[in-house]
Amino acid sequence: MSTVSFGSETATKPHHHAHHFESDDHEYNTSKLGTWSFLITEILMFGGLFVGYVLFHQKYPQMFHAGSTFLDWRMGAVNTVVLLISSLTMALSIYYAQTNQRKKMLVNLYITLGCAAIFMVVKYFEYTHKFHLGLGPGNFFKPHGEGVEVQNALKYLADYPNIGMYFSFYFCMTGLHGSHVLVGMGLITWLIVRAHRGEFDSKYYTPIECVGLFWHLVDLIWIYLFPLLYLIG
Amino acid sequence: MASDGKHHIIPLPVYFQVIIALLILTVVTVAAARVDFGALNTVIALAIASVKAGLVLAYFMHLKYDDRLYIVAFGTGIFFLLLLYFFTWIDEATRIIQNPVL
Repeated sequence: MSTVSFGSETATKPHHHAHHFESDDHEYNTSKLGTWSFLITEILMFGGLFVGYVLFHQKYPQMFHAGSTFLDWRMGAVNTVVLLISSLTMALSIYYAQTNQRKKMLVNLYITLGCAAIFMVVKYFEYTHKFHLGLGPGNFFKPHGEGVEVQNALKYLADYPNIGMYFSFYFCMTGLHGSHVLVGMGLITWLIVRAHRGEFDSKYYTPIECVGLFWHLVDLIWIYLFPLLYLIG
Repeated sequence: MASDGKHHIIPLPVYFQVIIALLILTVVTVAAARVDFGALNTVIALAIASVKAGLVLAYFMHLKYDDRLYIVAFGTGIFFLLLLYFFTWIDEATRIIQNPVL
């Protein structure tokens, strides 16, 4: 795949704007506005969950606090840092595309992909731990087994029979977010393949820009999820 | 739409300053959660998160240097989200609770 010489500064496969656009810039701006419009629909999709979470949290603060004690804030903090760094490297890969440093551009795309993978691995450990203890969403909140966590869960369940609602929110919000991370990983892989083919340079990096915007939005949502789910309860 | 054929390039040091600010604010979020501010807990956490979100939007997503069009587009989305929250909250806050289970 990497038959491309990165010695040359500009794209080895130069891009030509589609015939229905007047210019490269016209195409770039149109793609970007389309991406921002898509991001709005994302905001509204996650927004419904956030509104639900905040309202029920106001209504049953003790129950939500009890639920949040089962999340490990250290795991959430690690994932926050990982996602922030991946956002930086995504932005850097655009910077290096803009300045025709194509090797650094590619390296930063790989780091971004690696950070996304780390995020999903941490998430996997969190999820399997909860499934193992029976801390499922809604009616599936049926703690079983041994240990302090299970004892606490049974105690809270006696105090708050509907504590499963907290986990409904937890799994819906982090699950939807996690699926976005997976989609982002797919998109970044697609960018890496095209970058290896030598399609991007300072004149044409629209796909990196648009995937970048999507990736930053995934980061933005996590910036709100982390304190809401892990820290304040 | 601006079409001067040139895209603004944010200098590298700016990106590194922003990531340092974001990491510091993450530490602040965790630290603030360990102090009990009572009813203000959520407000403080959301305020810090919003500062972080603002930094990501302004610098990583280039909104600060881009055409105003994108700010207006994104702002419209946020506006409708707040509208959704506002009317749901009005409904919820003015209900007469007859059977307070949970």
